[in-house]
Amino acid sequence: MSAGNRFDPRINCLHERHPVTETRLDPSELVACPNCDTLHHMQDVPEGARARCMRCNEILMAPKGGAMTRIVVLAVTALILMIAVVFFPFLDLSASGLEQHSSVLDAIMAFSDGMLLPLTFAVAAFVVVLPAVRLMAIIYAIGPLIFDRPARPHAARAFRLAQTLRPWSMAEIFIVGVAVALVKIAGMATVSVGPAFWALVALVLVTTIKDTFMCKLTIWKTLETQRRS
Amino acid sequence: MQVDDLENAGNPTPLLTARQAGLVACTGCGRVHLQGVERCERCGAHLSSRDTTSLQRVWAWWIAGLIIYFPANLYPMLITNTLGTEYKNTILGGVIELIDHHSYFVAGVVFFASIMIPVGKFIAIAYLAYSVRHRATMSDHGRQVLYEVVEFIGRWSMIDVFVVAILSSLVQFNFVANIHPGIAAISFALSVVFTMLSAQSFDPRMIWDAEEAATE
Repeated sequence: MSAGNRFDPRINCLHERHPVTETRLDPSELVACPNCDTLHHMQDVPEGARARCMRCNEILMAPKGGAMTRIVVLAVTALILMIAVVFFPFLDLSASGLEQHSSVLDAIMAFSDGMLLPLTFAVAAFVVVLPAVRLMAIIYAIGPLIFDRPARPHAARAFRLAQTLRPWSMAEIFIVGVAVALVKIAGMATVSVGPAFWALVALVLVTTIKDTFMCKLTIWKTLETQRRS
Repeated sequence: MQVDDLENAGNPTPLLTARQAGLVACTGCGRVHLQGVERCERCGAHLSSRDTTSLQRVWAWWIAGLIIYFPANLYPMLITNTLGTEYKNTILGGVIELIDHHSYFVAGVVFFASIMIPVGKFIAIAYLAYSVRHRATMSDHGRQVLYEVVEFIGRWSMIDVFVVAILSSLVQFNFVANIHPGIAAISFALSVVFTMLSAQSFDPRMIWDAEEAATE
């Protein structure tokens, strides 16, 4: 612990830079940068401000006013949109008198030959299942907090799952894939996009806005205090 | 100007890491614990001061991703049947076809997502993993940015896999026209997944540890 006198752990705020010069090392009052392990003193960061790591510049905290409520409301919205994405017609295709309608559900169900089967599973997982599980996990973990209720059992595990699933939710990539597919097919058939496509676009927008309100550290701290009380 | 800077007269204060302080930090939620604690008290994640198996896992997934990247490029991605004639397209073939149809922008997007990103990612991950053990020419901040770019952009390679899945579930007009995915579609999807796992296995704290070791 003597090392604490030599060094100067602190938290650095983007707007008002105020290093903390206390050198007590009580683990519960510290926060470590997940990127570079640098210790900082935990302190209140004003809403709208961003606390960055002194060494690697990673954003440690970026609390926003009313973030919890917004996250839950946006997650519920996204989940409802997901229902529309799955069941409404996604793309309509017509070529020389033949017509083909397809919803995302059709696309998942229509594994006509062997090679398509694993692909449709991948699409189902990356575009529908994992994003939906992630949204449900967020609602489950944060939902009770906005009503000042104690956190539900396994809320921490649910929120951890939501964090893990983030890179595997690929709805926005799927949209670009749809756009490329439409260009490729334009020569041989007429394609029109259905309501499910627009629901997916809305879902991606809503999810992106929701994620900008997510301050990991604030949520973890709230989850911790709500569990204790 | 920080008061601190004046006191030290140009000598930047070395920052203390959790490991130097004899503490263990949770990479999931930032909570700091005393050494020896197994699971994070806040989020329940497994704690380790440094992930000692990190590099092993990085290289294992990297090699798996590279091996399966070859069939992904050599075998057909898309098999198109129109009136009994069969065309097979590889990833690069698909890009060339788009150029022939004068869809230059889309050709650019597919080329970037399916060829530039995967190749760049293999090089970037290998460089990051190599530079942990050897002297790096790139600064810590540079490598940190490189790591973040790899993490952010890697998943976008999936575009072509989704294109194949959409086309083959959409274009099913029996004899007139139908599209099937080739073996490369699955190889490529797996290659993207493996390299994503490789990047996720990398513990970015190792980038900064090298600097620490050099100053001591």
